[in-house]
Amino acid sequence: MMRDLYDSQRAMRNMRKAAMQRGVVAILDVGTSKIACLVLRFDGPEKFREQDGVGSMAGQSSFRVIGAATTRSRGVKFGEVDAMQETERAIRTAVQAAQKMAQIRVDHVIACVSGARPRSYGLDGEVNVEGTVVGDGDIGRVLAACDVPDYGAGREVLHAQPVNFTLDHRSGMADPRGQSGMKLSTDLHLLTVDAPAIENLLYCIKRCDLELAGIASSAYVSGISSLVEDEQELGAACIDLGGGSTGISVFIRKHMIYADSVRMGGDHVTSDISMGLQIPMATAERIKTFYGGVVATGMDDREMIEIGGTTGDWERDRRTVSRAELIGIMRPRVEEVLEEVRKRLDAAGFEHLPSQQIVLTGGGSQIPGLDGLASKILGQQVRLGRPLRVQGLPQAATGPAFSAAVGLTLFAAHPQDEWWDFEVPAERYPARSLRRAVKWFKDNW
Amino acid sequence: MLALIRRRTPEPSAIKRDPAPTRWSYKYQRLMLTPAFRASVRIGLPVLLIVFIATAWFTNDANRLMLTTKISAWTEAFQHRPSFMVAGMSVEGADSDLTAAILTDLQLTFPISSFDLDLDAIRASVIAYAAVKDATVGVQTGGVQPGGTLHIGVHQREPVAIWRYQDDLWLIDDEGMTTSLLTARADRADLPLIAGDGAKAAIIEALALFQAASPISGRVRGLVRMSERRWDLVLDRDQRILLPHENPIAALQRVMALHAAQDMLTRDIITVDMRHAARPTIRLSQPAVAILRNTTATQAELGQ
Repeated sequence: MMRDLYDSQRAMRNMRKAAMQRGVVAILDVGTSKIACLVLRFDGPEKFREQDGVGSMAGQSSFRVIGAATTRSRGVKFGEVDAMQETERAIRTAVQAAQKMAQIRVDHVIACVSGARPRSYGLDGEVNVEGTVVGDGDIGRVLAACDVPDYGAGREVLHAQPVNFTLDHRSGMADPRGQSGMKLSTDLHLLTVDAPAIENLLYCIKRCDLELAGIASSAYVSGISSLVEDEQELGAACIDLGGGSTGISVFIRKHMIYADSVRMGGDHVTSDISMGLQIPMATAERIKTFYGGVVATGMDDREMIEIGGTTGDWERDRRTVSRAELIGIMRPRVEEVLEEVRKRLDAAGFEHLPSQQIVLTGGGSQIPGLDGLASKILGQQVRLGRPLRVQGLPQAATGPAFSAAVGLTLFAAHPQDEWWDFEVPAERYPARSLRRAVKWFKDNW
Repeated sequence: MLALIRRRTPEPSAIKRDPAPTRWSYKYQRLMLTPAFRASVRIGLPVLLIVFIATAWFTNDANRLMLTTKISAWTEAFQHRPSFMVAGMSVEGADSDLTAAILTDLQLTFPISSFDLDLDAIRASVIAYAAVKDATVGVQTGGVQPGGTLHIGVHQREPVAIWRYQDDLWLIDDEGMTTSLLTARADRADLPLIAGDGAKAAIIEALALFQAASPISGRVRGLVRMSERRWDLVLDRDQRILLPHENPIAALQRVMALHAAQDMLTRDIITVDMRHAARPTIRLSQPAVAILRNTTATQAELGQ
């Protein structure tokens, strides 16, 4: 099973390499409320800012966003594909609009999944170093030596990132290659997701004549884009409040060590408003975005919102609602989401990290007063995060709702080393006996 | 009072209209964004169309014939413009015989277009004459005025000697080329005469020898090449100066010096043999020998 995974992920990496050579790759964030598609053009490093003294920062100068489009998502629930045809059509809409803006055809796409019940595992493995110096083969062997837990039949590995290397007694190494030592051990972060959810998404993308060049967890990529560097280094959690699901990712030492997702989000708030005020979903969404909030003041009792009527009975169907009522509907649901996040963070042992910075991002984080509410539930160090700025991104796509899409661009430009980036250990090849013979000759003569 | 007909006010729709493209329009747009396909549509299709139309037109025989006749008519009209016409020709540097020969041989009918004149062929036919050493052929157009002239500049061979060969007299130039036949020696009494096998090839040496023999130029009859190797200078009264194979000029100058000092050649000598440089020999004529012998006998008697 691991072998298949290795090969499929390897194939995906090769696809990504091919896309890099062609210089154009699309980013697809299939969310519950919107589908975003960005078209990136890679021009090699330092193409755009040769004139000023600052070099590339986090490497994001090597690409440029040349096309961006969003569309209302259809057929996606909880970050998973629910109605395949609808989703395919929505993806087509977004890709076509982005292609039209970029004036270039895109064949390779890097996607992210927000739902699909992610589960994190921490693995470790240990091997003796062959020879005196740690080489690529040793890294591959130590990664292969990790004992993989039984994560279930219908699940698939999304990320398998080595987060730490220990050489003899020295821990916390990022790259032990070239260093001398005897015993190499590693900690591996494994993230698995539901296989059917991924397969459905892949099928939709394939139906749009696109090739998948990479796939990532949306919690992970929004963490990449919205956490600043020292937050990633010292320990922080990124809460991506999406439409149908809320992603949680915990970072320390620039590695993700935990990811999870709560199957609740902004769409649930909207449906609460819709049910509570007896209005259509579209109107509920509109008044949520215009007048929504989580902290009511005396002023809000007097601010009346027209919720209108679509029955055509203009005489009688003219309802209004005060903003305090709206907040009264929204707040419990938001609290519920945050409580759930709190539970997940507690289960992951977030309180043991040296720094417990929490960054709220995603479209749901734009509710006024959310940071105050979140600091009551999640802890004192809460801030609202917006994604990093990347070259060429339109102004409309710089809000927190696009942190996953922007994170995917960074992921596309600089993917983190994963387990499948290293060569399989030599023991799997039939060349092993020959190699041993050579070694025997070297040792004896 | 309320209006009975409700005016449709544009409702603020929360959902942006964003219809999905059909599969075919999506595929079509992707196809049109493919650079190679776009290039083939933008360049390939028009080229294909033009080629198709041209082929269809050219398959018709009447069209092809019309095109060729039209093109030939255009070229004709262009080449026969007055500014390209040549009205006459002139030959320079040739004597009257040669000029007449050239004029009759070329067979040109004027006026003629300069495009129809093959200047290289004309030059080749002029150079083919034995008397012509080199020739320049050119057309001097009349500029804006109509009518040009064909100029043939002839550089004729200058005869420098007469060569007697098998009872014929030939004029030859300093390259040893025969220019024309001579009917009588007296026609060109000013030119020296050479004879013998291989005489023509050694014309330069012969001319130098004639130069050296200038003190007795009145008496020189000619030079005879002996055995294709050396020269005999023949004077009147059947006198001969036999010159050596090597350095004949120096030998002749010695003879001239002797003649100048002692009037040698006016004496009754048949042959001056200079072939051996260390031993010049003279042969007296028969009467002279007899006289010399008598003189010697008389002196002997007197002395006794």
